[in-house]
Amino acid sequence: MQEKGEIQVCGLSAGYDRKIVLDAIDARIPKGRITAVLGPNGSGKSTLLKSIAGLCRKMTGKIYISGKRMEEYTQRELAQKMFYLAQSHPDSSIRTERLVLHGRFPHLSYPRRYGREDYQYCEQAMKQTGIIRLRDKRLGELSGGERQKAYLAMALAGQTEILLFDEPTTYLDIQYQTELFRLLGELRDYGKTVVAVLHDLDYALRLADWIVLLQDGSVVLEGTPGQVWESGGIGEVFHVKTGCTTDQEGTIHYYFG
Amino acid sequence: MAKNNRSRSIVIILTLLLVAAVGLGLFCGAAPVTGRDILLLLKGEINGSGRILLYVRLPRVAGAVIAGMGLAAAGAVIQVILNNPLAGPNIIGVNAGAGFAVVLCSAVFPASYAWLPFASFAGAFLTVLLVYYIGKRTGASKITLVLSGVAVNSFLNGATDAVYTFSEESLFASNAFKIGGLAGINLSVLRTAGIVVVVVVLLLLLFHNELEVFGLGEETAHTLGLPVGVYRFFFLLLAAVSAGAAVSFAGLLGFIGLLVPHMARRVTGGESKEYLLVSVLLGALLLTLCDTAARTVFAPYEIPVGILLSLLGAPFFLWLLFRFRGRQ
Repeated sequence: MQEKGEIQVCGLSAGYDRKIVLDAIDARIPKGRITAVLGPNGSGKSTLLKSIAGLCRKMTGKIYISGKRMEEYTQRELAQKMFYLAQSHPDSSIRTERLVLHGRFPHLSYPRRYGREDYQYCEQAMKQTGIIRLRDKRLGELSGGERQKAYLAMALAGQTEILLFDEPTTYLDIQYQTELFRLLGELRDYGKTVVAVLHDLDYALRLADWIVLLQDGSVVLEGTPGQVWESGGIGEVFHVKTGCTTDQEGTIHYYFG
Repeated sequence: MAKNNRSRSIVIILTLLLVAAVGLGLFCGAAPVTGRDILLLLKGEINGSGRILLYVRLPRVAGAVIAGMGLAAAGAVIQVILNNPLAGPNIIGVNAGAGFAVVLCSAVFPASYAWLPFASFAGAFLTVLLVYYIGKRTGASKITLVLSGVAVNSFLNGATDAVYTFSEESLFASNAFKIGGLAGINLSVLRTAGIVVVVVVLLLLLFHNELEVFGLGEETAHTLGLPVGVYRFFFLLLAAVSAGAAVSFAGLLGFIGLLVPHMARRVTGGESKEYLLVSVLLGALLLTLCDTAARTVFAPYEIPVGILLSLLGAPFFLWLLFRFRGRQ
């Protein structure tokens, strides 16, 4: 029996229209941990995430979420369990608070109006991500990093157990990247299952508890960062030389070239 | 709970302006109307001026308000659902689809006046679906959507001209319909259209949270539990019905559906409730003022309001683009 918040992917083939991107893959995403999905461009990272989020055409295979097949949930039930943060968003100029508030949308019933409780969750999420002072600003007025934090706050306001992030650090400068990774760590401490497509291998290896390495639509390796590093698979998949060094504080840093 | 106070005061100001514009529209015109005439009318005595007021001005001003609201609401919704600020109902062929259906219907069934609004809705809806799916098939980018809309638009205009050519005795005066105008409104059509537009606007306001979530992008809307396909269909249907209602009696009025939602988004930031309210009020206000101007500036002659809208709307639109360049 699977635990709450765990995701199991069995024999999944998925893609868009007639093009198959993922070819009969198996993967396990442990609950309450940060899982990094790594792989070169076009290896199917985003497709894996989108399949789990129900945004992709699934040809064959099964996805289990907390032990139940995805199809057995209604869309609303899934939305209450799982949030997918898209890679890009259409231009919007609504206020930050409204955006965060929409994280509560899956919990509304007809007619969909936000209540006191929803505003409380919204406020809490804005505090947690440090954007409370931006609540009345429009999204168009925010910097890229602030906007990403606003979307993250929306994810938190929904109180879902599972959070899927599709390249959350793209377009962010180093300060916001660091902050975002710290927030991901906090989410794990709250017991959330976090799955993120990441490009920064060094960060991914340091931050994640579990790694799924993809190449050409197949899972090449699955394991803890230590196991994945030892196997040397990263160097092979990305065609780079790898090395690591330990700084004065004892943190291991990985480098590639 | 922080409220959007600025938008609220804009809504109130626009409502007052609309009331003033309606008053202006009733008083101004080729024949003078005084306050006394209105008082008499209210007492139930109808004199000459009262008759003009009741049977000419009132339907005309009401028509301007309804058509303005309908086109603006349609434009506002279509721009959100297609995630495209260029997707005005006149640009992507929605109006043309409605127009084609109206012209075809009146040519084939000349006695079917009461059915025109329904033909118009159907034409508008089929067109918007067609454009959506072509746009999606060809890559779903903003530009392919507009291009497929432009292609459908010109095809439908051609088809409309073909119908005119084959049935010269068609009830519809070709030019007046194509330019768009509010002279000689048919009251029974106006009544149907009026009810339809009001119902659409109320439904949109009821579902404003859903519209706003849709505006966050289809992927985000899906992950928030919104059945995207169902709501896309629902909102496009409402937009088509609303645009169709306006076209059924006012012809192919351009620019309102494109211009007004733009202005509304600038002032409200796009939060759906305020965005819809401001769009609808602004649409009604703009068309009422333009129509009043169109029939008074060159009095006793009048020009169709469609001409005035295009002549004023296009430069104004360009001015907006320059003025707000780089702000977003």
